[in-house]
Amino acid sequence: MGIQERLIEDVGLREGVSRLNEDSIQKTVNAVFQGETGARLKAYAEICLRCGMCTEACHFYLSHDKDPTYAPAAKVKQTIGTLLANGGRVSPDQIYSMAQIAYSECNLCRRCVHYCPVGIDTAYMMITMRRICHKLGVTPQYIQDTAHSHSATFNQMWVKDDEWTDTLQWQEEEARDEFPDLRIPLDKEGADVYYSVIAPEPKFRTQLIYQAAAILHTAKIDWTMPAEPGWDNSDMCMFTGDFEMMGRLKRKHFESAQKLKVKRIVMGECGHAFRSVYDVGNRWAGWKHYPVPVVHSVEFFWELLTQGKIKLVSKYPGPVTLQDPCNIVRGRGLGDKLRDVIRILVDGDIVETTSNREHNLCCSAGGGVINCGPPFKNARVEACKAKADQLRATGVKTIIAPCHNCHGGLDDTVHKYELGMDIKFLGDIIYQCMERPEA
Amino acid sequence: MQDAASSWDWQPGERVILDSVTCGKTHQWQEEPYVASDGERLAAIVRLEDETFSMCVNGKTWESSFEKLWKPCFSPDGRLVVIAQQDGEWSLAVDGATWEEFYAYLWHPCFSADGSVIAAAIQNDGQYGMSVDGTTWSNLFDNANEYAISDNGQSTAAVVQTEAMAAADLAAFRRGVYTVAVNGEAWKNTFMNAWTPTFDAHGRKVATQVRLNLYEYSIAVDDAVWGQTYNCVWEPRFNPGTGEVVAPVRIAGAWGMAQDGKTIWDPVFFQCWHQQFSTDGKVLAAIVAPTFGEFTVAVNAKPWSTTFPVVTELTLSTDGKRAAALACNNNVDWQVVVDGTPWRGKYDMAWKPVFSADGTHVAAKVEKAGRHAVLMDGKAYKRDFEHAWDPVFSPDGSKVLIRAVDKGTFVRIVATLSDFSSRG
Amino acid sequence: MYDIYNFVTGPLVWVSFAILIFGSIYRLGSMYALAKKKDAVSLAYMDWKFSFRSIFNWLIPFKALGWKKNPVLTVVTYVFHICLLATPILLSAHIIMIEESWGVSWWNLPDATADIMTILVIACCAFFAGRRLLQKDVRFLTTGQDWLILAIAALPFITGFLAYHQLFNYQVMVIAHVLAGNIMIAAIPFTRISHMLFAVFTRAYIGSEFGGIRRAKDW
Repeated sequence: MGIQERLIEDVGLREGVSRLNEDSIQKTVNAVFQGETGARLKAYAEICLRCGMCTEACHFYLSHDKDPTYAPAAKVKQTIGTLLANGGRVSPDQIYSMAQIAYSECNLCRRCVHYCPVGIDTAYMMITMRRICHKLGVTPQYIQDTAHSHSATFNQMWVKDDEWTDTLQWQEEEARDEFPDLRIPLDKEGADVYYSVIAPEPKFRTQLIYQAAAILHTAKIDWTMPAEPGWDNSDMCMFTGDFEMMGRLKRKHFESAQKLKVKRIVMGECGHAFRSVYDVGNRWAGWKHYPVPVVHSVEFFWELLTQGKIKLVSKYPGPVTLQDPCNIVRGRGLGDKLRDVIRILVDGDIVETTSNREHNLCCSAGGGVINCGPPFKNARVEACKAKADQLRATGVKTIIAPCHNCHGGLDDTVHKYELGMDIKFLGDIIYQCMERPEA
Repeated sequence: MQDAASSWDWQPGERVILDSVTCGKTHQWQEEPYVASDGERLAAIVRLEDETFSMCVNGKTWESSFEKLWKPCFSPDGRLVVIAQQDGEWSLAVDGATWEEFYAYLWHPCFSADGSVIAAAIQNDGQYGMSVDGTTWSNLFDNANEYAISDNGQSTAAVVQTEAMAAADLAAFRRGVYTVAVNGEAWKNTFMNAWTPTFDAHGRKVATQVRLNLYEYSIAVDDAVWGQTYNCVWEPRFNPGTGEVVAPVRIAGAWGMAQDGKTIWDPVFFQCWHQQFSTDGKVLAAIVAPTFGEFTVAVNAKPWSTTFPVVTELTLSTDGKRAAALACNNNVDWQVVVDGTPWRGKYDMAWKPVFSADGTHVAAKVEKAGRHAVLMDGKAYKRDFEHAWDPVFSPDGSKVLIRAVDKGTFVRIVATLSDFSSRG
Repeated sequence: MYDIYNFVTGPLVWVSFAILIFGSIYRLGSMYALAKKKDAVSLAYMDWKFSFRSIFNWLIPFKALGWKKNPVLTVVTYVFHICLLATPILLSAHIIMIEESWGVSWWNLPDATADIMTILVIACCAFFAGRRLLQKDVRFLTTGQDWLILAIAALPFITGFLAYHQLFNYQVMVIAHVLAGNIMIAAIPFTRISHMLFAVFTRAYIGSEFGGIRRAKDW
């Protein structure tokens, strides 16, 4: 029991702490405490009653035989709590443990908010710990590489400028076999919709761009995609604690949309990017709300389906269950619309998991955890056991998950726990079932 | 461009340039229209029956057609430029003729101020750089981004990657593999990151944002980094009068402005960006947020008293005596704000305000309920349009050229100041 | 002994309440100043409607997910807080003392009821102590501060109970009771009992974020 017995070897963390000593740690930690945190951290640290009510909230705890060191308040105690108690003076090895907890044992899902009577936001404490780790240069290798990609290319997958437009043109060409007059309009000024994606789409999941283009084309939406960097709405810097880069990314993204004079940004089925635009990145830039409305696919599909812009020729065979992505449901209240969309698309019942809507259990992949890569994969999937149990209990064969990270996380989970379930994006189903325009 | 504009037709009145904006040649589809600055031509990409693409200009297609065309635009000197693909390779087609050189990929066409020089980003065999009027940089790089061309067209620059990196190679990144290449020649110093290289007025010097390590940002000018580092920086700009470089800098969590490494605007802003100089360099204005969530414009460090949730498209008059910008809330309720006072109307969208050469008048295009209108000094032109382009002032500032499409017709209107009523 | 009694029920009460009032003002004021300086971004999202929505919903027993999933703790927590606040304020002995000094009085609990409520507080404290000792997750979290505030909360009731029932030395017990009560009052702003002051704001803040930005309930 305890973080010491479960330490995972990671190059980024190991090399990071090798550059530190107690003096340098103390200096950096206190610079963050004094320069960047205030009443919020102070109040949270002071009034946490150590009551343990939040314990049951956390899927890491539930999935690890109720190991108390995984409880939300316990994670705070082992990280920020320890730093505060020691005036920021801890050993490099302690920083290693703290980094592992903050980056890989908390999805920042905020389920524990629903358990805390005094309203402590444990995710804030964990992100503050990550901020300190970033400032100390102690971040897991894979997610740090993603942050590097963001800073070098403004997307998270090292997609080069030409690869982006080339991929869009390739998908456009492919789609013309099916939709002869389909366009992916690039840099079309004044369009109603700016469609934005995350970099894994052009890199690995080009069919998602194809599907989105097919849906937007069929619905006769006046839309565009930007030809220049800014197209990637994702934001791993938000999760590494590199807030300066996070702000730079959000500026690039929103200014890309402002430059094209679009009415709104519609984004693909992604959770964390949504959090970044409505809740986090916009704030660093100084915008109280996003400067250009960002509509998540769930809401956009809801519009298309309820306004009759997309009609169905068939329905997807149910029953199905669904994954409420934390960042769009607990984070943005899209639970009802998600269910409306599924009811329209699916022939059969929605079998809810025991914990659902804003009380949903996280897929264990969010908050940058899946982006910490292979070293942390087993631990991540183990933490999804509680979720796997709930999914198995639904007895259905399909999970609808409108979020890339949920997909990735649940994919591993379904495999490991032999659930035998298919995981679908809403876009997959709409593309499959929609009425094609007459040629 | 103002020089070129003096030769345009400034006879007041409306001239129908095209009865129909639909391309005369049979086609599968026609894409968005683009118009020349002088308002004499309207162009659009058309997909022809044989599944090739061409440009249709004033109803007539180019003689040449291509496998693919994208990103058409008129250069400042009125040439029609479009990215074109032939036999799987890419070039730039200028008024129907491509550059001789073709590339594995080509994008980001950009122009000198007068339009006489055209450059673009290119990639060949996985190597990146720029091509200027079809002449490729002598050195290409593993990657390049953030392309720039000087106003006089004499120089081009980009951020380049100086060595290949293995996957997830944190050490190489930390060491720094990025720098700026000017005309294909990379600087000697490398950085963790570099962004937004920008030229001085003569196209001789280049300033750029640099990230020295994960936490320290600064500005580099011609390969020399300022002595001072910051939490963060934004795009540098050269003072056209003195050649000094200014950039927004973040100090202890707040934004100010630094010049050659010395703070000239105290760091008191929640945000500060998009700074620009008057032509003589005596006035420096920027978009700032005096407090969280409230944006405005600061002129020589002094913010306007009115604030808005979002401010964009700052424009200074040539003499720097006046400033205009756009404000909105959540991308609606757009307002044109001139010298700190918003014009009366609120719109669904607005475009960058344009000053007359002497700075006495401001015009802007706006959109309401799907119709475009042109405003001048807060008053609307007497009719609105299906689509309009940014207004252009005559060199003497007494007339406004309106380029617009309505009811399928492309019109060119030279409006006098009295043609703008106070209808809003 | 009488002098000590006079001192603890006289000047010391004044001191305790002064510490409570001025200490609370200082703590709240300095926390607000800090928030304005360093957490302006958070303050910007504070919203009356969503603050009260959150506070209201969390006041209802078994409404929030956390209450539902910790049923025993929920019952104990409500009983504890109600008895902890109501018993001293509505205790006839306290009211009589106030009436003698100030000439004001209010409704009081029957002594038998107050006695039961006192026992409940002590029992709740025993329950909390038991959790801290026996429940793995709570034991892991517990620090000296947690034992301290538990003792501060329990002692006035234990001593009050003993005094009321005249167990052990009555006079000593009364003095110990008044002293414990004073300590508790004075400790509010400067120990973890400060959740009395701050929890309403942390609750309001998370309620505002969830209501206004995240469009989801936070209970």
